[in-house]
Amino acid sequence: MSSSVPILAVDHLMMRFGGIIAVNDLSFSVERRQITALIGPNGAGKTTVFNCITGFYKPTAGAIRLIQDDGSEMQLQRLNDFRISKLAKVARTFQNIRLFPGMTALENLMVAQHNALMRASGLTLLGLIGAPSWRRAEVRAVDLAKLWLDRVGLLDRADEAAGNLAYGDQRRLEIARAMCTEPALLCLDEPAAGLNARESAGLSELLLSIRADHATSILLIEHDMSVVMEISDRIVVMDYGVKIAEGSPQSVRDDPKVIAAYLGADENEAVAVMETGT
Amino acid sequence: MTGPASGPVPNSRAAGAAFIFKKSLISALVALVLFSLMIGIRTEAGSTGQLIYWTRLPELATMVLTVFFGSIVIELLRQWWGPVTTIRIVPKPIARGLAVARRGVAPVLLIFTFLVPVIFYNQRYILDLGILVLTYVMLGWGLNVVVGLAGLLDLGYVAFYAVGAYSYALLATNFGLSFWICLPLAGILAALWGVMLGFPVLRLRGDYLAIVTLAFGEIIRLVIINWQSLTGGPNGVSGIPRPSLFGIPLTPGDDGLAARLGIEFSPTHRIVFLFYLILALALLTNWVTIRLRRLPIGRAWEALREDEVACRALGINTTTTKLTAFATGAMFGGFAGAFFATRQGFISPESFTFQESALVLAIVVLGGMGSQLGVALAALAMIGGFELFRGFDQYRMLVFGIAMVLLMIWRPRGLIGHRAPTIFLRHSQAISSDLVKEGAG
Repeated sequence: MSSSVPILAVDHLMMRFGGIIAVNDLSFSVERRQITALIGPNGAGKTTVFNCITGFYKPTAGAIRLIQDDGSEMQLQRLNDFRISKLAKVARTFQNIRLFPGMTALENLMVAQHNALMRASGLTLLGLIGAPSWRRAEVRAVDLAKLWLDRVGLLDRADEAAGNLAYGDQRRLEIARAMCTEPALLCLDEPAAGLNARESAGLSELLLSIRADHATSILLIEHDMSVVMEISDRIVVMDYGVKIAEGSPQSVRDDPKVIAAYLGADENEAVAVMETGT
Repeated sequence: MTGPASGPVPNSRAAGAAFIFKKSLISALVALVLFSLMIGIRTEAGSTGQLIYWTRLPELATMVLTVFFGSIVIELLRQWWGPVTTIRIVPKPIARGLAVARRGVAPVLLIFTFLVPVIFYNQRYILDLGILVLTYVMLGWGLNVVVGLAGLLDLGYVAFYAVGAYSYALLATNFGLSFWICLPLAGILAALWGVMLGFPVLRLRGDYLAIVTLAFGEIIRLVIINWQSLTGGPNGVSGIPRPSLFGIPLTPGDDGLAARLGIEFSPTHRIVFLFYLILALALLTNWVTIRLRRLPIGRAWEALREDEVACRALGINTTTTKLTAFATGAMFGGFAGAFFATRQGFISPESFTFQESALVLAIVVLGGMGSQLGVALAALAMIGGFELFRGFDQYRMLVFGIAMVLLMIWRPRGLIGHRAPTIFLRHSQAISSDLVKEGAG
């Protein structure tokens, strides 16, 4: 499969809540094994797009296609939320962290491997009698969890309750949990929110290493421009539910429309600001 | 109110004598208003139906004074004890001793339970009480799967108990099937009803789920009352066969167990047999639950209790996960019901009222949701403790209620308030109940 075929194609997506059109005629694609960032001012509709992709909302109109490695396509807007993760292998994290706070870090990562482990435990029956095949599968699952705990630097805290971890650790644990589902596409909703500069740098490193070592494409929403500009291969900019720019970090940074959206000024003023600034 | 200069004020909660006096006075006033009608005036119907009433001022005064001085004592105790969140530093040896004692509770309790029929062989009352406690332990463990692990509030658990009991009673009396064939059938039928309850309530959460499950429990009871031709209605089902030990009946006849073993027959044999039977069933429930917790399905139940949205994002089918929780809990309820039917020999709808559901739920909540040992201790305290208060006669419910309120103030998350992880890399750390969610439906 050539890398020019995108992994996710969003076509003419529209999401309407009553009289409000949160996302209007939005089309963009996420390239395979790249990091694509979705940015825009608050209320631009970024999280709504995420919720449509991951099945938490049913889009009013439009199509979301996931193109798998073998070239077959899945229409995500037709799948239930849990099937999107189970069959289409799309994993996500949440803007406000949603770990299982009363379970340990290791348990969180074991829950993430639920579907694989359910099959291995013969829908619980083999597991109940402690069949050797189940035991082997469980050891493998723990190994995968350990691998990811190590990657996010939480191996020492594996047996601690997720709710007891520091905020930055929780953010990283949530990414590790999403990666334990072995996703084809990882959707991160503001992974750097609330992190300090050092933690943000660590996050950038982690995401770059995921892109380098795994067959996982990444789509992220982020406000922290230092992270976005450093790691993104492509950036899609939204404002008021529509796409206003798309392209490489450099081209987006210099786009007057983007600057206008962020500064709240109209386009001509923004151009003027830029010209005086440089 | 004493000023900061006039004496040491350790923290804001410690107030002066004037504050305590004021607070107690208010409490006494409230008590006066409440008790002036409840205790102060006694009414009775006269011989011709006229109203006779007389005042009971000394009793009223006693009550109000008790409240007044009682609240002073409580306030002083509270100051002495400090704020609720104060962390008390326990000396290391005592803490270590407590930890050892805590770990030893379960094995000691288990061994003691095994020895109960030996120790109390001649005390029928204690054996019967033991059987009753174990039945509720089993019901508590069964409901624990639904409420404690999956976090689904089920107020109609007695419905599955009833389905199990009637399944065995009707199959045994109509088709002559033995207890050992009916036991799994009763479990399967109850599980089916669990799934049937599960389907319509899948979308409901929290209070709404509780109301529908409550209604479900009532529906089952009303169907049993009104479907006279099948269930015998309010008359119940009688003549339910007693269980046999692998086909050997426990009767005084020649083919009975006593005759075969060459010992003298005693009715206690059957009681002891029933005791070990329910103990085995309860331990089976416990074993399966502990086992399930360490399997993906059990972890998914707990994850569902913690955060359903995150579960869906991880590809967990929340529908089937909830249904399996309902079915598993219902199955154990069905087993317990079949045992109840064979032990009583007679069942009627009166045994399956909402009060039973509430009692079992109270056991689960009191024990600490999700804790197996906690549920067992709570069942012992609730059923055994209730018997203990028999001496208080008409104040039994009152004393019992106060004991429960105090326990919940002292331990708001149940007797065993922490969660044990299902898997660990280095060492198992108990997770504080502050972090564990109760589930939203």
